[in-house]
Amino acid sequence: MQKKLVVFLLPVLIFIYIFKENISDTLVYTLFRFPREGNLSDTIWFFINTTIKVFLLLLIVIFLVGIIRSFFSPEKTRKSLEGKPLLVGNIMASLLGIVTPFCSCSAIPLFLGFVESGIPLGVTFSFLIAAPLINEVAIIMLFQLFGWKIAVIYILSGLSISIISGWIIGKLKLEKWVADWVYNTHFGETQLVEETPDFYQRINFGLTAVKEIISKIWPYVILGIFIGALIHGYVPEDFMASLIKKTGWYSVPLSVLIGIPLYSCSAGAIPIASALIEKGVPLGTALAFMMSVIGISLPELVMLKKVLKIPLILTFIGILATGIIIVGYLFNFIL
Amino acid sequence: MNIKILGSGCSNCNNLEKITHQVVKELNISAEFSKESDFSKIASYGVMKTPALVINEKVVLTGRVPSKNELKEIISKYV
Repeated sequence: MQKKLVVFLLPVLIFIYIFKENISDTLVYTLFRFPREGNLSDTIWFFINTTIKVFLLLLIVIFLVGIIRSFFSPEKTRKSLEGKPLLVGNIMASLLGIVTPFCSCSAIPLFLGFVESGIPLGVTFSFLIAAPLINEVAIIMLFQLFGWKIAVIYILSGLSISIISGWIIGKLKLEKWVADWVYNTHFGETQLVEETPDFYQRINFGLTAVKEIISKIWPYVILGIFIGALIHGYVPEDFMASLIKKTGWYSVPLSVLIGIPLYSCSAGAIPIASALIEKGVPLGTALAFMMSVIGISLPELVMLKKVLKIPLILTFIGILATGIIIVGYLFNFIL
Repeated sequence: MNIKILGSGCSNCNNLEKITHQVVKELNISAEFSKESDFSKIASYGVMKTPALVINEKVVLTGRVPSKNELKEIISKYV
């Protein structure tokens, strides 16, 4: 049944996606009879159009990424990272962090599994930074609201940050700041040998991913687009530019600081940032804000406290935040 | 039958626990349930993705919440 549904739905979704502007026009001007000009019409049109395009692409891409992820597992990732030297390990861990299924609630078992099989701390951190920072939801939203160039810039900066931060943490030799019980823990043999899923099961993985992710993020996405639409329609041009001018050079670190506690609503931060750019926020500052919201997760840090001592957690946040701030300044400077 | 749910209390762990209870009831088998949230114990099962399902001390599922039908098949194997 589900298989047929997917086959039927996919062309419908693509059709709606192609004609999204016409659909928004019809809804706003014909059905609701809003005037063609004016802030209110602008705001509503922007909201409807953005909601349609973001959600359609989310459905399609999360489904496809779910299928791709069914080819990867933390066990396989761990195996391919074993015995890799520092820099190569950091690069591989960052790339695998993007495609390996990961949820911040699994951060501890994954950490234990990596440490136990002798994967260096720095390589493990590269994985733990890249996995949440570079995720399909963020990439889709960036692509839709900022265009593919910014999406690519985000991915490359994110990869550089996770590779370099992990490498530095590795060089600092901070193993002494890992909680003592970690090294005394015996990590059992992985008993479960899962059969290779067939095509139909992979489709099911994709559908499950769509269900799980969309049901979690949709309120934040809609709220984010709504606030973005309000800013788009009502905030005067250059309003933010003058505000940024007043805050001066420290607007980048400030936006990183503001972003840290906003983790749970990362999907909503992107439309807001996109609207703020329209009103004069420099791209680097916005990029730093989004990376901080998406990549630094307070609940994950609280979890990690069980396996890491405080100095290591602070070092980790410090290095990650510094990396994000450098990216922010860099893009403010060159663009 | 001895059923154990490994997990740290995330929403998926609770979901897995819920549907496992349902499936056991529907299959009409007697099972003893327990929960394990201690990370060093979870690690001793070799699990890197939570939630995980352990039946008679054997890991049968990790990192996801299966559909009811799939879970029925899995549990039936151990009756």
